[in-house]
Amino acid sequence: MRTLARWRERSIHSVVFTCALLSIVTTGGIIWVLTTESIAFFREVSPIDFFLGTRWAPLLEPRSFGILPLVCGTFLVAGGALVVAIPIGMGTAVFLSEYAPPWARSVLKPILEVLAGIPTVVYGYFALTFITPHVLRPLIPQAEVFNAASAALVVGVMIIPTIASLCDDAFRAVPKALREGAYAVSATRLEVSLRVVVPAAMSGIVAAILLAFARAIGETMAVTLAAGMTPKLTLNPLESIQTLTAYIVQVSLGDTPAGTIEYQSIFACGLTLFAITLAINVIAHRILRRFREVYE
Amino acid sequence: MFLPRLQRRRKVGRMFHAACALTSLIGLAFLVVLITRVAWEGLPWLSLKFLTNFPSVLNPPNAGVKSAMWGTMWLIGITAMVSVPVGVAAAIYLEEYAPNNRLTRFIHVNIANLAGVPSIVYGILGLAVFVRWLRFDRSVLSGALTLSLLIMPVIIIATREALLAVPQSFRHAAYALGATRWQTIRAHVLPAALPGIMTGVILAVSRAIGEAAPLLMIGALTYVTFVPEGPRDAFTALPLQIYDWCDRPQQVFHHLAAAGILVLLGILLPMNAVAVAIRAWHQRRKAW
Repeated sequence: MRTLARWRERSIHSVVFTCALLSIVTTGGIIWVLTTESIAFFREVSPIDFFLGTRWAPLLEPRSFGILPLVCGTFLVAGGALVVAIPIGMGTAVFLSEYAPPWARSVLKPILEVLAGIPTVVYGYFALTFITPHVLRPLIPQAEVFNAASAALVVGVMIIPTIASLCDDAFRAVPKALREGAYAVSATRLEVSLRVVVPAAMSGIVAAILLAFARAIGETMAVTLAAGMTPKLTLNPLESIQTLTAYIVQVSLGDTPAGTIEYQSIFACGLTLFAITLAINVIAHRILRRFREVYE
Repeated sequence: MFLPRLQRRRKVGRMFHAACALTSLIGLAFLVVLITRVAWEGLPWLSLKFLTNFPSVLNPPNAGVKSAMWGTMWLIGITAMVSVPVGVAAAIYLEEYAPNNRLTRFIHVNIANLAGVPSIVYGILGLAVFVRWLRFDRSVLSGALTLSLLIMPVIIIATREALLAVPQSFRHAAYALGATRWQTIRAHVLPAALPGIMTGVILAVSRAIGEAAPLLMIGALTYVTFVPEGPRDAFTALPLQIYDWCDRPQQVFHHLAAAGILVLLGILLPMNAVAVAIRAWHQRRKAW
C-alpha cells in the first residue's frame, strides 16, 4: 500500500512537471519554426535588402522585399492606438484608484473586462462599416476607404483595458502612508494623484504602456479589415497602409504552396513581429519585477 | 511669501475629478455605440433561419451560420479538453511542486512572455507544426491544438493566482493529518481554488471563441457549406465567417456580418457575465 501511494505521488509529479515543460516546448517550437523558414528566405533575399529596403512588393514583378513599409504601417497604427489609449486608460485608472466610490468600481471593472473580451474581428467590422464611413469621412473628406486612423482608433479602444487595469494595480500598490503624508500638508486630491501617486507608480505605468503597445503591434483582424492592403512608407494616418500582421493574413488567404518565396516571407515577417513584441514584453516584465520588489 | 491659494486649487481639483470620471465613461460610451450599431444593422437579419442555414454567396438573404456555429462548437470542445487539464496541471506544478531553482524561474518568465506573443504567431506555429509537419491538414484538430497553445498561458496564469490565494494553513493542516502532497492538493487546495480557476478558464475559452487570426493562418476555410463530422474534417468558425462577410464590399454582407456578430456576442457576453458572477460570489463567501 505504501509503495502504491508513493508510486502514485511520483507519477503525478512527473505528469504535472511535463505539462509545465510544454510551455518551454511551445516557445522553442515558435523560435525553431520561425528561424528555419526564415533562413531559407534569407538565402534568396539578403537581410540588408530585407531590413533596410523601402519597397515591399512580394507579389508583383519586379519583386522587392524591403520590410520598412510594413514596419512603418505597424508602428503608425500602434502609435496612434497609444495616443488614444494612454489618456483614456490613465484617466480611468486615476478615477478607479483615487476617486471612485466602491459602487462605481464594481460597475467600471466589468465594463473594462467586456471591452477586453470583445473579439478583434468585431472591432474591425466597427472600424470598417461605422468609424470610417460615418465618423471619419464626414469630418475629413480626404480620408481613404481603408485608412490607418480608423484602425488606430479601434485598436486604441481595445488596449484601454490593459492600460487601465495595470495602471490601477500600480496605483493601488502605492502605500497609503505616502498619500496620507501629502494630505497632512494640505495637498488636494489632484495634487496627491499627480504629484505623489503617479510618480511613485511610474514604473508600473511604463510597463502597462509597453504591454499595451506590444498588443497593438500584434493586433491582426481589426487592422486587416480597416487599414488596408497597401504597403506604404507614410506617416499620414488617412491613407491606406499595410501592417506586418495584415501582410501575413493576405498571403495565407492566397493559399500559397509551401517552399515558395511568398510562403517563406510570412515566416520572415512573423520572425520580425515576434522579435519586436518579445523585446517589448521582456522589458515590460523586467520593469514590473523591479517595481514589485520596492513596495512589498 | 507662501500663498496657499486653496480656493483655486480646490476648483482645479474638482475639474480634474470631473475629467477623470468622464474619461472613464468613454469606454462605456464606445461599448454602447458599438452594440447599438451592430444590433441596428444585424437584428432584422437575425432569425431561426439564420442559425440553421448554410452561408450562401448567390443568395445572401438566405445565408446563415450553421457551418460556422458547428465549427466553433467542435473547435471549442477540443480546445477546452486539451488546454484546461494541461494548463491547470502546469499551474499545479509551478505553485505546489516546483522547487525555487533556475528552471522554475525560467518557466515563469517564459509563460509571462508567451502570454504576450501575438495570436497570429501561434497561427504560424500551427501552420508549420500541425498542418504541415504532423499532416493534420486544415482540420478542426489543427485549429483546436493551435488555439490550445494560444490560451494555455492565460489558463496557467489564472490558475496560479487562484492557487496562490489558498492560505498556506490549509496545506499545513492536511499534512499534519498525514495526507500526501497529491491528497492535499486534490481534497483541499483545488476545491478552495476552484472558483478562481473557473473564472480564468471561462475567460480564456471565450478568448479562443473570438479568435480569427490563428485560424486564418492554419488555412481554415471561410466558405463552408457542410458541418464537420469529426476532428479531421475541414471547418469554419464564427469569427472567420464574420471576417469573410466584412471583407466583401456589398452592403448585404455587412448586414450578415452584423447578425453573425450578434450570435457571437450572444455566446461571449453571457460567458463573461458568468465568469464575473463566479468571482463576485466567491469573494463574498470566501471562508478565509
